[in-house]
Amino acid sequence: MVDDIRCMSALALRGAIAAGEVSAADAARAYLDAVEALDGQVAAYNEVWPERALERAGEIDRRRAAGEALGPLAGVPVAVKDNLCTSVGRTTCSSKILADFHAPYDAAVVERLSAADAVILGKTNLDEFAMGSSTENSALRPTRNPWDASRVPGGSSGGSAAAVAARLCAAALGSDTGGSIRQPAAFCGVAGLKPTYGRVSRWGLVAYGSSLDQVGPLARDAGDTALMLGAIAGHDPRDSTSVDRPVPDYLARLEEPVEGLRVGMVREFRSESLDAEIRAAVDRAGELLAAAGADLVEVSLPHSRIDVDDAGRLSSYAVACYYIVAMAEASSNLARYDGVHYGHRTAERVAGIVELFSRTRAEGFGEEVKRRIMLGTYALSSGYYDAYYLKALKVRRLIKRDFDAAFETCDVLLGPVAPETAFAFGAKTDDPLTMYLSDIYTISVNLAGVPGLSLPAGLSAAGLPLAVQLVGNVFDEERLLRAARMLERARGAPAPAPPMAELR
Amino acid sequence: MPGEMDEKLIRHVATLSRIELTDEQVATFGRQLGDIVAYMDKLQELGTDGVEPMAHALPVHNVFGADEPGDSLAPEDALANAPARDGDFYKVPKVIGDSQ
Repeated sequence: MVDDIRCMSALALRGAIAAGEVSAADAARAYLDAVEALDGQVAAYNEVWPERALERAGEIDRRRAAGEALGPLAGVPVAVKDNLCTSVGRTTCSSKILADFHAPYDAAVVERLSAADAVILGKTNLDEFAMGSSTENSALRPTRNPWDASRVPGGSSGGSAAAVAARLCAAALGSDTGGSIRQPAAFCGVAGLKPTYGRVSRWGLVAYGSSLDQVGPLARDAGDTALMLGAIAGHDPRDSTSVDRPVPDYLARLEEPVEGLRVGMVREFRSESLDAEIRAAVDRAGELLAAAGADLVEVSLPHSRIDVDDAGRLSSYAVACYYIVAMAEASSNLARYDGVHYGHRTAERVAGIVELFSRTRAEGFGEEVKRRIMLGTYALSSGYYDAYYLKALKVRRLIKRDFDAAFETCDVLLGPVAPETAFAFGAKTDDPLTMYLSDIYTISVNLAGVPGLSLPAGLSAAGLPLAVQLVGNVFDEERLLRAARMLERARGAPAPAPPMAELR
Repeated sequence: MPGEMDEKLIRHVATLSRIELTDEQVATFGRQLGDIVAYMDKLQELGTDGVEPMAHALPVHNVFGADEPGDSLAPEDALANAPARDGDFYKVPKVIGDSQ
C-alpha cells in the first residue's frame, strides 16, 4: 500500500491541509521519506531539499494556525524539472557544462509555485538541456520507469514523470518543446499538459527552442493538472512572448461536461505503424467520450501525416520541420555556454579564446547536444539557410493552417501521444533519428502553438501505461481540461500507481 | 542545395559551432548527421511558393518594456558563477591576435 498522504491527489491533499486534517509538515515528511526510500531505484531527482521543504511546510502550518490566508497549493509537495532556475540548490539541466551552476534567481514558474504556497521538494532529472525522449541523455544518470525498471521513463521530463508516477511528489513541472511533458507522462501513466505557447512565462526556463518551449504540469489527473496550471499561468512582462490574457479558474467548471463537445479524430494519426494497443486505446477513448455525449468527427492534419517506407521506417513533414526549427534555435541559444560567464571551463591550457570556447564545449556537452547544435548551425549557415531553415518555417505555416482548419469543425482533437509504450534502455541510443520519431504525434502541437494533454488510458497486456492525447485550440485549456475530465469520469477508476511506489 | 555531410563539411560546421571534435566523432557525426539531413530533405517534396514563413506560433507584435530603471543583478551575483574573474571582470585568455 502507498501510504495515505501519498495516495491523495494534490487537490485532496490541499483540502486536507486546509481543513487541518493533515499538516503540511506531515505531507512534506511523507514524501521526503518516500524519496529517501525509493529514489535510489527510480533516480527521478537530481537534488532533494529536505531541510528547505520542511522549513517551508512548517511556515505554512504556522500561518494556517494563525488564521492567515493561504495559496492554492498550500502545503502540496511538488518537484520541478532541473532546467528551471532556482535560487536554491543547483540548476544543472543534467549537463556537465552546468554541473555546478547556481542560478541567481527563481524562474517565474518557481516564484508562482512559491507564491501559491507549494512546497518544492527538489529538482528532477532530464535529457541534457531537454534534448531527448528517454532521459538517457542525462549526463548524471538515467531515470527508470516506475512501471518497469528496465525501461525508460520517456523524456525529456523523465524525472518529473517518474516522480509523479512513483508518488515521490504530488505533482511536478516539466517543459515541452516537442513532446517532453506529454511523452514521459504517457510512458509513466500520469497526466501531462503542454499549455498554449505564451500561456506560461518562460522566464528562467533554460532556453532550448524558444519558439516552441513551454512549461507545464505533470500530475495524476485532470483536476490536479488544472490546479497546477492555474498556479503557474499568466502574463509576465519579463517574457516578451508571454500573452497578456486573463487566466480562467480552470477548476471552477471542471466537473461540468462540455455541452455538445465535438471531438476530432485525426485521420492521419490512425497510422498502420501505431502500436495496436495504443490504437485501441484511442478508439476506446473516442467511444467513451461519445457515450458521454460528445460528437465524433473526422478531421485531417495532412502535413502531420506519417509515412512508412519499404524498410518500415517512419517519416513525417512535421518531424523534419520540427527538428530543423528546434535545432536552429538550440544552436543560437546554446552559444551562451562559452566557459566565460558561468558553467564549466576547460582546465587545459589554451592558446586563445576560440580554443577556450571549442574545448570547453567539447568537454561540457554530451553527444546529442553537440549533434543538435551542429545540425542547427548547418541549417542556419550560408548556402543552406533557404533550403532548410526558411523552408521549415514555411512548412510550419502549413502545419498551423491544418490545425486552424481542424478547429473549425471540432473543439478538441483526439489521438495517440507516442507510437509505442515505454521502450527498453539502449533501444534507440545508437540511432538518433529513431529516437526523434518518439515525438511524431506530439511535435506538430508545438509547431502550431496549441495546448496538448496526455492522459492515462489503462495498461497494456505487458503492464505498461497506455495514453491518449487531447489537443485544444489556442488558449482553450479550460475546455480541454473539461473534456479530459469527461473522459476520466467515463473511465471510472483513477489511473493506478505502479508497484514501485509502495514502501516496503 | 542540400548536400551530404562529408568530412570537410563536418569540420567546417564544428568550427562554426565552436565544438572541438575527435577524428572518431568526425566519422560518427558525419554518418549520423548525414542521415538526419537526408531525412530533413523530405521537406523539399512540399511546394511552399507564396507561403509566408512562420517564425512564431502566435501572431505576436513588438512588445516594449517601460523605459524605466529597475533592479538588475548585483555584480557579485553576476560574477558568482564565473569560472575565472579579476576583480569585477570576467577573465579570459588573450583575445586580440587570435586567428579566428
